[in-house]
Amino acid sequence: MSSEDGDVEEQLPKSVVDEVKDELPKNASEKHVREVLQRVHQEYLKTLVEPGEAVGLVSAESIGEPGTQMTLNTFHYAGVAEMNVTLGLPRIMEILDGKREIATPMMEIYLKSPYNKGKDIRKVAQSFKEIKLKDVAAEFLITPDLNIDIVFDAENMKNLGITPAGVLKGMKVGKGITVREKSDGLSIKPKNKEGGLNEVYQLKEKLKDMYIKGIKGITQVLPVKRENEFVVITAGSNLKEVLVHPDVDAERTASNDIFEIMEVLGIEAARQAIINEVFKVIDSQGLNVDVRHIMLVADTMCSTGAIKGITRYGVVSDKSSVLARASFETPIQHIIDASLVGERDHLTSVVENVMLNQPVPVGTGLPGLITKVKK
Amino acid sequence: MDENIYVHKKVKSLVFQVLSPKMIKDMASAKIVTPELYDKEGYPVDGGLMDIRLGVIDPGLKCKTCGSKLKECVGHFGYIELARPIIHLNFVGVIQLLLNSTCRECSRILVPQNEIDKHKQEVESMEKISSGGSIRRKAIREMLSGLKSVSKCPHCKAKQGKITLEKPTTFLESEKRISPVEIRTRLEKIPDDDVQLFGISPKAFRPEWAVLTILAIPPVTMRPSITLESGERSEDDLTHKMGDIVRINQRLFENINAGAPEIIIEDLWDLLQYHITTFFDNDVAQLPPARHRSGQPLKTISERIKSKEGRIRHNLAGKRTNFSARTVISPDPNIQISEVGVPLSMAMKLTVPEKVTAWNMAYLKKFLETGPEKYPGANYIVRPDGKKKKITDETKEASLEELQPGYAVERHLMNGDVAIFNRQPSLHRMSMMCHRVKVLPGRTFRLNPAVCHPYNADFDGDEMNLHIPQTEEARAEAEILMEVQNQLISPRYGLSVIGCTQDALAGNYALSRDFKVSREEAIQLLASVGVSRLHAIGSKETVDGLQIFSAMLAPDFNFTGKSRSGEPFIVKNGKVTEGKIDKSIIGEESGLLLREYHRRYGGKETIALIDRIYHLGINVLDKIGFSVSLYDIDLPADARSRIQQVLDKAYAQADEMITLFREGKLEVFPGRTAAETLELRILEILNKARNETGKVVNEFGIKNTDILSMVNSGARGNLLNLAQMAACVGQQAMRGKRIEKGYRNRTLPHFMMHDLRPAARGFIRDGFKGGLLPHEFFFIAITGRDSLMDTALRTPKSGYLYRRLANAMQDLKVEYDMTVRDASKKIIQFKYGEDSIDVSKSEYGKLNVSRMVEK
Repeated sequence: MSSEDGDVEEQLPKSVVDEVKDELPKNASEKHVREVLQRVHQEYLKTLVEPGEAVGLVSAESIGEPGTQMTLNTFHYAGVAEMNVTLGLPRIMEILDGKREIATPMMEIYLKSPYNKGKDIRKVAQSFKEIKLKDVAAEFLITPDLNIDIVFDAENMKNLGITPAGVLKGMKVGKGITVREKSDGLSIKPKNKEGGLNEVYQLKEKLKDMYIKGIKGITQVLPVKRENEFVVITAGSNLKEVLVHPDVDAERTASNDIFEIMEVLGIEAARQAIINEVFKVIDSQGLNVDVRHIMLVADTMCSTGAIKGITRYGVVSDKSSVLARASFETPIQHIIDASLVGERDHLTSVVENVMLNQPVPVGTGLPGLITKVKK
Repeated sequence: MDENIYVHKKVKSLVFQVLSPKMIKDMASAKIVTPELYDKEGYPVDGGLMDIRLGVIDPGLKCKTCGSKLKECVGHFGYIELARPIIHLNFVGVIQLLLNSTCRECSRILVPQNEIDKHKQEVESMEKISSGGSIRRKAIREMLSGLKSVSKCPHCKAKQGKITLEKPTTFLESEKRISPVEIRTRLEKIPDDDVQLFGISPKAFRPEWAVLTILAIPPVTMRPSITLESGERSEDDLTHKMGDIVRINQRLFENINAGAPEIIIEDLWDLLQYHITTFFDNDVAQLPPARHRSGQPLKTISERIKSKEGRIRHNLAGKRTNFSARTVISPDPNIQISEVGVPLSMAMKLTVPEKVTAWNMAYLKKFLETGPEKYPGANYIVRPDGKKKKITDETKEASLEELQPGYAVERHLMNGDVAIFNRQPSLHRMSMMCHRVKVLPGRTFRLNPAVCHPYNADFDGDEMNLHIPQTEEARAEAEILMEVQNQLISPRYGLSVIGCTQDALAGNYALSRDFKVSREEAIQLLASVGVSRLHAIGSKETVDGLQIFSAMLAPDFNFTGKSRSGEPFIVKNGKVTEGKIDKSIIGEESGLLLREYHRRYGGKETIALIDRIYHLGINVLDKIGFSVSLYDIDLPADARSRIQQVLDKAYAQADEMITLFREGKLEVFPGRTAAETLELRILEILNKARNETGKVVNEFGIKNTDILSMVNSGARGNLLNLAQMAACVGQQAMRGKRIEKGYRNRTLPHFMMHDLRPAARGFIRDGFKGGLLPHEFFFIAITGRDSLMDTALRTPKSGYLYRRLANAMQDLKVEYDMTVRDASKKIIQFKYGEDSIDVSKSEYGKLNVSRMVEK
């Protein structure tokens, strides 16, 4: 494109310019391109937000209003091919509350070629799954001399693709505990037997959940065909380890655990994840909400560099105004805390001014008129 | 005109501080010494809780402090001197923190000097980045976290005991109680510099103020007594509570002076502590709440402030207004969409103030002459000093004489006045829109059924509210920002919230399907919706539906879109050349044609268009007739047998699965148990079968019936509903599973235990028309109840989510530099939505680039 329309192009958001490029015929003349851009620019100016617009409230309305129409406790259940995932209002609340522990952590793992075309798909999927000692064992026995004998389940082991040696290698036992391989399993000798049966029993229970192989935290795997490639869907999430797995296409692989994303990929990724997840839920309910509103919510939650929930402990507690905080929840505590510090409320936001019967500093409450006073 | 001098003052900021004992004494106008309220004559006792120096609540009396009358005097504080210091409940946390972190001997903070200096610097540097309590509090917590293990004071080397709090207000040091006197002396000794380290400003709060020696008595105006019909006086809860405090305090004084034994004094002291604690908060977990004689808990200070019904949320953040009305709504398609029908009786009560000028004198005098009894009259005149004068038959003449420029006349509501109309819950900004008044007979508000959608209103007894703005500014804002035509495009998704529904949709759909009438009839139809641009229908003798529809559009209107079925819908130069008129063209929340019309011709024209389309649809139905009957969903015999075949097959497949499962031969899905797999497989089979029956219904039955055109136009229902009526209702699901609860190991007594077959787990094989079997009816009742509960549980949850969102984001706004910032000017977004596009000005959230490229 020529340098003359550079001006106009710069003033347009990139997404719009890209769209123009897509829509224009390949052989469009320069003059034509310029004309179109001019037209687009003119229309763009008409659609701009006006300064003073209370966009926050509009976004809150846009997400809150369809909330009443959302169904509670819907699970995704499209036949066989999907995992159970919390959807609907509970999921939205979970995200916006900034909950660390989510009800159904889940990953969508995209694979590198040739696995994404279905090669050994079951095996690859299986390799992500966390295998615990109890998955390969048929029996845990406490012998009369207070040793623990573990009998392997040969068939399960074959299915999971693991050998007795592999089990031994994967096991990490504490100091003083000796593990011996037997013909059909393991024999484990505890450190000291003074604790008696009780302690050995506890050790046995602990051994059942001993990590052997796979990626920690991933409890279920399900290979699924998406359009023309295979994707592994998992229950449980562990981004850190999955992303470095050699067979994984790290660029497209995603988790639904927002805090994990923040820890592994940073706050910007977390912001995008919030947008994606909220949008996914709203979309799945057949509701119609513009992304901009969700973006604004995500930005409010992430603007400090850490994820803050929309709760009295999160975003609201960061407000500069005492009265705004007090009008939300636990007013007495807020007023007491403010009085200790001798806090000053500058009345810059909406509620305080409502309380004092003054014009609010948004929209038409913003501009003032200055006139010369006749002397 | 006389020159009014307006003094506009604005509160710039508020400071929060704790009242010091000295401050309480200074601001008090009376010392309270006796629990008695009134003497024998019923006159307030001097030094009692109702002392007239504390304000007036009786008409006729004058305040002894300020000399003003009832309603003019805002009230004055008093105080009582406490015989012994009392711990203030709300400061217990701070007291504990301070006691635990300072030395018991020298009262210095238990942090060595070098660390204090380091910490001071840190906090200062952090405050530079961002102000606000939370960061400070965090830093302090960090500094103090190491204190728990300190057992020796770094300043005077005294040994430290741990101080624990026995809730609510008792402090223990190594299991021994510390008296409030001791606590107070310790707190007094903490130097100001150390107090600051806790993030406390010594100017706003000296630690010892947390232990009360003097209690402020709130003015009587905030605790008025009520005189009952019997002439008896009933005092406010706060007065009761303070009576207790003063009484016990007096007894404590007497006992101390008389040298009573320590135990009695201690007991009274504890009792005083209890009363003062409950005076501040009567909902403390460890204390029994103070009660009335009737057993109902007293409402003390905390309860007055707290929660939804408290002062803050109820009275301060929620305002009420005069000049409003509320009544039942009913539909009236014959008024404009932007109008609201107001009952005459209301129009005579609601008024609009009009300023009298030399030019409208005569006009306004006419209202005065009519008086308040006849319409359109006036109810009040307002003098320039703000005094209102009622107009009655007697005062009418005098008022007429008196009226001159500068006065205002409060005249009755008239057609064309501006009103704000609202329906709760006000979930979005379209729940409160501005309408023009249309005074109508009757007793209900009338609204055009097309605006039901933004209000989410129906006419099963809904009530709505109306408010008449009283100032020019308010009217201007209402007109410009809130009028229906300016609220058409939802900021949620960028499409029109108003459109056609139900019969209007079905009617217009009929127009676009083989609709041919004679020219005369077409003119009739167009005339009925007020279109006079008759040449648009051409000069042929027969006119088709699209031509009639086109006649309503602007002659230079162009539009390309898609109907629901995916067919193109094209308007060229104001003529519909092809396509079906259905929900995605003219419906609410989806009408793309409406969106484009709005962009080109603005809200007013669009509203007019919607109104015309709406009427046309109804009139078309009127003309051609539209009825739905049971026969519409009749299926031919072969279709019915096909459906039975499909279902039989599915049943057989399911049975096969169950047998496999019972024999343990079922192939299990990875990560699932056999039982889960079976459920999934059966669900899959049944779903497939039901869909197939739907297909059969579509293929064979229900062709060219009105019920189908209802579905296809998007007016009501969908194909699934049709299949449910005609063929098979399908699986009833609870929480994504087949129904499994009920009796032991079975759903209903009609089945054997452990029966897993489709019919026993909520699959409904019959259609609604064919009729349900008793057990099928039960299954529908089960899921029906379940979904009812779902709605009931969801509403409060989503309401709370909404409240939180609104509270968190209400002060975000777009600044003049196009960034989005919060109240403390922190940037949230550099460009709103990354492109600064206002959704309510966009087309479905986008800039329609392709249209501009094509042009």
